[in-house]
Amino acid sequence: MDLSMRWLNDYVKADMPIKEFVDEMTMSGSKVETYRKMSDPLTNIVVAKVISLERHPDSEKLWICQLDAGRDEPVQIVTAAQNLFVGAVVPACMHNSVIADGTKITKGKLRGVASNGMMCSYAELGLTKDDFDYPVADDGILILNNDPDIDSFKPGMDICEALQLDDTIVEFEITNNRPDCLSVLGLAQEASAIFKTPLNYKEPEFKGVDGDINKELTVRVENTKLCSRYMAAMVKNVKIGPSPKWMARRLKASGVRPINNLVDITNFVMLEYGHPMHAFDLRYVEDNTIVVRNAKEGETLKLLDEMAEPVKLSPEMLIIADGKKPIAIAGVMGGEHSGIMEDTTTVVFEAACFDGVSVRRTAKKVGERTEASSRFEKGLNPVNAERALKRALQLIELLGCGEVINTVIDVNHSEYVPEKLKHDYKWVNEFLGSDISEEEQIDILKRLGFGYENGEITVPPTRIDMHLPCDVAEEVARIYGYNKIPSTIPKLSSQGKRTPSQIFEDKVISLALALGFYEVMTYSFISPKDYDLLRMNDEDKKSVVIRNPLGEDTSVMRTSALTSMMEVVRRNWNNRNLSARFFEIAREYFPTGDDSLPVEKDVLCYALYGAGEDFFTAKGAAEEIIAKLGVKNVSYTAEKNNPTFHPGRCAKVMCGDKLLGYIGQIHPESAANFGVNTEVYCAVLKMEVMFEAAGDEVKYTPLPKFPSTYRDLSLLCDVDMPSADIVAVIEKNAKHLEAVQLFDMYTGEQVPQGKKSLSYKMIMRKKDSTLTDEEADASVAKVLKALEAAGVTLR
Amino acid sequence: MKEQLQNIKEQALAAVSACTDVKDLDGLRVKYLGKKGELTAILKSMGKLSAEERPVIGQLANEVRQSLEGFIADKQAQLKSALMEQKLKREAIDVTMPGKTQAMGVRHPLNIVLDELKEIFRGMGYTVVDGPEVEQTKYVFDMLNTDEGHPARDPQDTFYITDEILLRTQTSSVQIRTMLENKPPIAIISPGRVYRSDAVDATHSPIFHQCEGLVIDKKITFGDLKGTLEMWAKRLYGEDIKLRFRPHHFPYTEPSAEVDLQCFKCGGKGCSLCKGEGWIEMLGSGLVHPQVLINCGIDPNEYSGFAFGIGLERIAMMRYNIDDMRLLYENDLRFLSQF
Repeated sequence: MDLSMRWLNDYVKADMPIKEFVDEMTMSGSKVETYRKMSDPLTNIVVAKVISLERHPDSEKLWICQLDAGRDEPVQIVTAAQNLFVGAVVPACMHNSVIADGTKITKGKLRGVASNGMMCSYAELGLTKDDFDYPVADDGILILNNDPDIDSFKPGMDICEALQLDDTIVEFEITNNRPDCLSVLGLAQEASAIFKTPLNYKEPEFKGVDGDINKELTVRVENTKLCSRYMAAMVKNVKIGPSPKWMARRLKASGVRPINNLVDITNFVMLEYGHPMHAFDLRYVEDNTIVVRNAKEGETLKLLDEMAEPVKLSPEMLIIADGKKPIAIAGVMGGEHSGIMEDTTTVVFEAACFDGVSVRRTAKKVGERTEASSRFEKGLNPVNAERALKRALQLIELLGCGEVINTVIDVNHSEYVPEKLKHDYKWVNEFLGSDISEEEQIDILKRLGFGYENGEITVPPTRIDMHLPCDVAEEVARIYGYNKIPSTIPKLSSQGKRTPSQIFEDKVISLALALGFYEVMTYSFISPKDYDLLRMNDEDKKSVVIRNPLGEDTSVMRTSALTSMMEVVRRNWNNRNLSARFFEIAREYFPTGDDSLPVEKDVLCYALYGAGEDFFTAKGAAEEIIAKLGVKNVSYTAEKNNPTFHPGRCAKVMCGDKLLGYIGQIHPESAANFGVNTEVYCAVLKMEVMFEAAGDEVKYTPLPKFPSTYRDLSLLCDVDMPSADIVAVIEKNAKHLEAVQLFDMYTGEQVPQGKKSLSYKMIMRKKDSTLTDEEADASVAKVLKALEAAGVTLR
Repeated sequence: MKEQLQNIKEQALAAVSACTDVKDLDGLRVKYLGKKGELTAILKSMGKLSAEERPVIGQLANEVRQSLEGFIADKQAQLKSALMEQKLKREAIDVTMPGKTQAMGVRHPLNIVLDELKEIFRGMGYTVVDGPEVEQTKYVFDMLNTDEGHPARDPQDTFYITDEILLRTQTSSVQIRTMLENKPPIAIISPGRVYRSDAVDATHSPIFHQCEGLVIDKKITFGDLKGTLEMWAKRLYGEDIKLRFRPHHFPYTEPSAEVDLQCFKCGGKGCSLCKGEGWIEMLGSGLVHPQVLINCGIDPNEYSGFAFGIGLERIAMMRYNIDDMRLLYENDLRFLSQF
């Protein structure tokens, strides 16, 4: 909402410094975005009168002009304009002045003759033809002799003052709940309350001429739910012409282009009262009938906004029709055909109340969110409709541009009764934690235009946001000043603590960080194509689909955090980050059906690539994390059938009989799909499974008192025999075994084809005495025997 | 024999003096003092001497032995020390060369900020609560007083799965769930991802993070809201930070306030960070609307409460001078390694 300070001052005295005004308005809830002078950046341009004109001696086009610019001496300016005459009153830029486009004007010489400034056109003042209620030249100097206020123009007077451009425009960001502040009067009421100055408001009145509108116009409201009140008034013998300067300037300040006096009046009233109006040319209201009804299938309407194509109407839209066809979309925009034209003689003014939600939907559907619709959609009241209509008729008479018939049509189905609310000043203080006296509270409410009687307030009709005691408290608080209410700290009886799963998650994060992983944060929606890049099974692609995504690449909720992780790898690889470790506690989303929420599960997802990284560093990271979390019964088996991973370099991780996750090298084809031509190792481990299996607190094991003994076994087995199987045999059969460690793996010439050599260190120890060589050898012998049974021999 | 001893001594001393190597020195020791050494040979032949001569020569021989032993020991120490010196000199390195890079894990900047917020609010007695991101429309809008027809519900702003299910636009849905499941007193924060239909650019992201807070108890006041957020700001930005509360409108709070932070860069004088205003818009807050309490089965005549919502990205970006939000989600190593 752009507010003209001149306009505001019609209703409330607000002549404090502008900074103070905007600060106070902002801090009471009417937030000021910016403010500027309407004349910006015009500087040092004055009214001047042409005293003499003579030809430039060296030019056929240039004139040497002497001007009375209110200085002691005439000011000489050379110009190429051809529309000047002696006695012409013009805007003249003096030396060191600035015109609308920011150009600085200084004195100089034109073909050797001194020119001490420049006379300017309306465009150079940032104005258009529409800003004048008299004809002005398109090219050439702006001649002001026809200005209605010419008598008050004195040479040397600031042009901004003369043309009433000396206004300040304040741009407000008005919140949804305060459509009343989308009006000069609403903001005047606020200013009146904030600055404790009275509001100069009188209910508008008009005289009118005798006549019966009902003889010339019928109004029928078919949908009274969507149109609770429809008022129509008639103006005859209208004289269409430009609006006076004061009205044109106020519209301009508010960002509305002046068009002609009748149209301008409807816009003016909308801005002043916050209630949109419409004007129809009676000639084009067929059958002299106005019907407020839903549109019919197939109906169209060509709108006023110069769009070439007529708009298709649909049955849920409320329209204004005449006896035969639609003439306006209710609350949104009028039709081109029935609008006001140069030769209009009889005008019907409409002031109505349309349903906000309906207007909003219709405006959206036809793609025309207008000044009118944006006000209607917040909900307007029937009382203000009547005021607005009267104000429009008052303005007709003020401008002398038509005869107002003194009867109006009023189809009123609204059940409006003024809202009354209890005011309990003690409760307000308890609620706010404030100590504002009853007297001050009542004063604040009265200043805001509320009626007050016996502890009960009456809400003005324009205030649609007032229903509850807390609404009253807010009014008191914001005018009193939020920042004057003392700050306190609530005495909470609760303890701030972490839940077991939060403690667990924090631990996982610190372990990942300790292992040198960089934490990433990725988008949780992805492109469905990402699944294909990862060669995923159809079963795993079933996703929660966003109905209105920004684009395909963010259209489904991921079922695998690997998709996002590989994007991170892709970006880093492309950016020549040649080795990296990344992790994320990432969420995965699994659909459960159309009507139920998906299941959301967190995983620990990590990726590593580059020098020194291989399957076993990836697995080592998982082992460290799993061990430190105290997760027991974890087993790793070769997984050949997960299409995302390298079939020979992927382990399925189980925790007991639950799937914990996968670790492996991303399938080279998948990596290539992401544009990464290096080996990428990833793991996805389910947080919930780890959390549930995570061990109790750590209990320390006493340090051994007796030395350990070890034996190295170099074994020969089939090349595809898993090490884990051999370890299992050793663990099962060895006596006094403390640990078994694989320290070498060999395939090649030294061993038979189809065989490999695995070397293990068996570490043995007794708790209560030193292990003898005999005991160690016996243990090894037993192990070897068992291994032999499993097809593993000593090399 | 006396002369012999003197000769041995002089020879040995000369040889030891000239020795420059520990091994050679050891050889000399063996040569003169060893079991088969020259001095020993003399001592062995002492039997031939007369009873008078024997003690005199014996004493002399011992003196020579002691003196040689002492001399050799000194020489040995001297040589060892020289050797060590050489070794140290050889081992000298250029300590101005850079250290070797260590594998260090780094927390994401958004989570660094979030960890701080969690700590601040846990310290004040709040519990951290999580909830689903794909959420029921009623928990995100209806129960928060945001009726059908409210612009926030527009598909232009919100991602929908179905009419009844959407990607939450705020973590207030977690507050609703908490109020439905727990009786007051309630003091929670609900940090998490939220989704809004904004195209990606330097200041917008369709996914971002909020940390919302909710307190419900008897006699919670607007002053409590102010005091709580002031304390939060002081913990985060230091004791001197100033806040201002500006009336605003949210459907789920009444009264509602936007909270501005006095610009910590310019101290309120106006600069590029605060766009000349001296204040930075930080968060939305207010007293929980009674209808929201009723929707969650809490009697507004008995209980009141406040709620607030803090944007993580905003804090992180201002703190680290990050001028492009995309960096936070691109996860380039060169970016992440700076935190």
